[in-house]
Amino acid sequence: MSQAELSHSVPVVAMRRRTFDPLMILWVVLAAALIFLVVNPLFRLVQLSLQDTDTGAFTLLNYVTAYSRPRYLTATWNSLQLGFWVTVLCLLFAVPIAWAVSRTDMPCKGAIRLLVLGAFVTPPYLGSIAWILLAGPNSGWLNRVWMAVTGAQEGLFNIYSFEGLTFNIALYSFPYLFIFTSAALDVVSSEMEDAANILGAGIMRTTLRITLPMILPAILGGAIVTFLEAIALFGTPALIAIPARFNVVTTQLLQFFSQPIRAEVAAAYAVPLLLITVALFGVQRLLVHRRGFVALTGKGGERRITSLGPWRWVMLGYTMLVLSLSVLLPYVVLAQAALSKAWGRGLSLDNLTLHNFYYLLFQHETAAQSVVNSFTYAAAAACIAITLALAIAYIVSRRLLPWAGVLSFVAMAPFVVPGIVLAIAFYAAYAPPPLALYGTATILILAFATRFLPIGYANADAAIRSINPEMEEAVRILGGGRLLAIRRVLAPLMKRSLIGAWLLVFIPATRELSTAMFLYGPKTRTMSVMLMDMSEEGNFESLAALGFLLLASTLIIVGLASSLLGRDFMLRRERG
Amino acid sequence: MSKLILNDLGKSFGTVPAVQNVSLTLQEGEFVSLLGPSGCGKTTTLRMIAGFISPTTGSIEMNGAMLSAPNRVVAPEKRGMSMIFQSYAIWPNMTVAQNVAFGLKLRKLPADQLNTRLDRILDVVQLRHLKDRYPAELSGGQQQRVALARAIVIEPEVLLLDEPLSNLDANLREEMRSEIRRLHDAFRITTVYVTHDQSEAMVTSDRIVVMNHGRIEQVDDPVSLYNRPKTRFVAGFIGRTNFLDGTVNGGLIGFPGFTVPAGLAPDADGVNGPVSYSVRPQTIAIHRTAPADRNGGWWVEGRIAERAYLGEYWEYVVRPAEADLRLRVSASPQTVYDTGDAVWLEIDPRRAARVPSEE
Repeated sequence: MSQAELSHSVPVVAMRRRTFDPLMILWVVLAAALIFLVVNPLFRLVQLSLQDTDTGAFTLLNYVTAYSRPRYLTATWNSLQLGFWVTVLCLLFAVPIAWAVSRTDMPCKGAIRLLVLGAFVTPPYLGSIAWILLAGPNSGWLNRVWMAVTGAQEGLFNIYSFEGLTFNIALYSFPYLFIFTSAALDVVSSEMEDAANILGAGIMRTTLRITLPMILPAILGGAIVTFLEAIALFGTPALIAIPARFNVVTTQLLQFFSQPIRAEVAAAYAVPLLLITVALFGVQRLLVHRRGFVALTGKGGERRITSLGPWRWVMLGYTMLVLSLSVLLPYVVLAQAALSKAWGRGLSLDNLTLHNFYYLLFQHETAAQSVVNSFTYAAAAACIAITLALAIAYIVSRRLLPWAGVLSFVAMAPFVVPGIVLAIAFYAAYAPPPLALYGTATILILAFATRFLPIGYANADAAIRSINPEMEEAVRILGGGRLLAIRRVLAPLMKRSLIGAWLLVFIPATRELSTAMFLYGPKTRTMSVMLMDMSEEGNFESLAALGFLLLASTLIIVGLASSLLGRDFMLRRERG
Repeated sequence: MSKLILNDLGKSFGTVPAVQNVSLTLQEGEFVSLLGPSGCGKTTTLRMIAGFISPTTGSIEMNGAMLSAPNRVVAPEKRGMSMIFQSYAIWPNMTVAQNVAFGLKLRKLPADQLNTRLDRILDVVQLRHLKDRYPAELSGGQQQRVALARAIVIEPEVLLLDEPLSNLDANLREEMRSEIRRLHDAFRITTVYVTHDQSEAMVTSDRIVVMNHGRIEQVDDPVSLYNRPKTRFVAGFIGRTNFLDGTVNGGLIGFPGFTVPAGLAPDADGVNGPVSYSVRPQTIAIHRTAPADRNGGWWVEGRIAERAYLGEYWEYVVRPAEADLRLRVSASPQTVYDTGDAVWLEIDPRRAARVPSEE
């Protein structure tokens, strides 16, 4: 075939004017979606907090109401203290374990990483339920063992206390710090330490002057994230602080939402929480970027393992103690309660039953529905978040349109909005007419999608960036259009990482509580909401069974994701 | 016949100009290299030819039809070109055969013709036995050949290559650059080749376009480019050279530390004032003593300041007496001098190239 013939089959087509680009339509659609999901709710939240409910006139009275009563102020003070002590505890848990796993010859590292992952994916409220079984006053297992061993009349532990709450939250928050610290340790090359050694610095001096300063920004960054997670947490305080008769910010917000609903006061009460979060995340970014960034992006050289000698068993003991309290014991007591006729009767054959599961799935009015709800809402939310994230990330990374950077900023914005604040914002925006979405599946799905959009975006963005644009350009120069390039090359190449991104949204969405708690209706309970409801009834056997279902399904999905993405996929630091 | 015409092409990113005033005409079947240091605008120019970037000023024509002008651009897929990318951009989700046949399938070739041409091109690049492999199972050189086959099999109007050899190791690079030229001699496809490696450009090209700071410095065939560089940049970028900056005064040129007759110097007629010459290290000969008859040649007395043995030649640095000048001289491996030796350098002015004086 001659060249002339070929040229005929690919005609040099008339030039198109670039006055209108069809991609502009996509841009407008994405911008509209982001305004609906992110901008408008936050705007409404602030607006609601500044409005008189009856007249709609501007007022600061809601803020006065929200902060005038000593009770409300105490709740804020409690939250700050809680955040502080949780962070301190997490530092004690996470930093030594991260160092031991990353840099020493401590045995069983693989199992330890797996258990940390277990702590990371355990919904904190489930951990609280387990700890109520473990350390409830007198009846908790730990207390009963204590009384049996010592003959004491009273138990030693009381989970229904400020200390109990702090400890309980820390057990499930320390994986954040673990991830930050070990990520930093993993990239500080031993060569940097060797460089100090060769100049005459000993091990202590090297650790204090070289290693620690390099990972300090990452640790501080992780500490800030931990603090923010602790003060934004809803489930654990609701389960522990409310029976213990004290309030933190999030439980106080719930009370503003019980009848009669005072949404405007809740909004006013939530705005400072939002501002604190935004400010601290700003500080965290500064920390990680200014000092830590070089060390964090540097090519990790070879890392030498420090030999601990007999101390490695001490280290292992400490690590296993923390992980037993966080994962092993709670899982055991949950399983025991779920399979018991009465959990207090302990392990015996005649106490063993599957009735709790049968009751939940076939007899209980709403429990089975809540399981279905959780998974369908999470799946729908993950689809929305990933689609949106993918389209934005594509436009941004390929620089297809101007102002794409704004889209990516807005897509990442929900990262700094605590779930409970987002819920109130959605309530403010879409509960009133004309949409009147309060209590519907739609509002839950949209709120979940928004809440986890940043996770979706960070992962979709990483997935797209990992593919050289030349892969698509090669299609185009050979005569294929952009859509063909996406279909034949981009999509097949991104399949795995997209499934991974989808799962990373889906997993937290199945267990999301704080957003759901403020938006659900009688028919749209999720598993997490169901757990809270049942905890009020005090039926711990069915409660444990439901929690067991949630946990089992989570573990199965995480296992699936790990086989797709590599075992450490959730313990990697994906976002700064 | 003119195949591709770049007419006063320019591209700015924001306010930063990346390419300015690039005008160039390629003949049918010609192989032209764009050569320059990184950031000189060569890749931007290539991507404008491909249609991935639209120009800020100027235009591109192919076969007499307008392809690119500000605000009016034919999409890359409508240009009938093909391109080999720096990363090869071999699709890892397709086999060798699927990769190579992709462009033919888009052209809706009947199956028998498609298979014939697929096999023929795979024979040419010696990959037929690997046609059902996936790219991850191939070596770097084999991936490179897949990219070549994929681009050539559609017999494109213009073939574009963007630093295609930069990811290969040195030996393979030498082999592949000859292969690229061989394929060009076989298929006679009009080719634009971007590289920062002067020897690649000299091995492959009919003409070389030397670019710097977004502008064309010189367009010439390899021989002229080396022997008659028109700018200091070209002289310094293509091979090694010595710059001599002097002043013409009454038939003599005064250089720092020595004066020579202007008679045989190129482009010196009628000049009175500053002149500069580029003198290649291997056009300078070293002698122990000065000759009786200088025959209009340039002779410089000096001392060996540094020397290095590079196997294929000796590299000497000679400092003329009483001058702050360092002349680099290449001499055969048998020509041995010691540091500190007094020597006479013989420069053939006819082999020097006049370049613009330093500002």
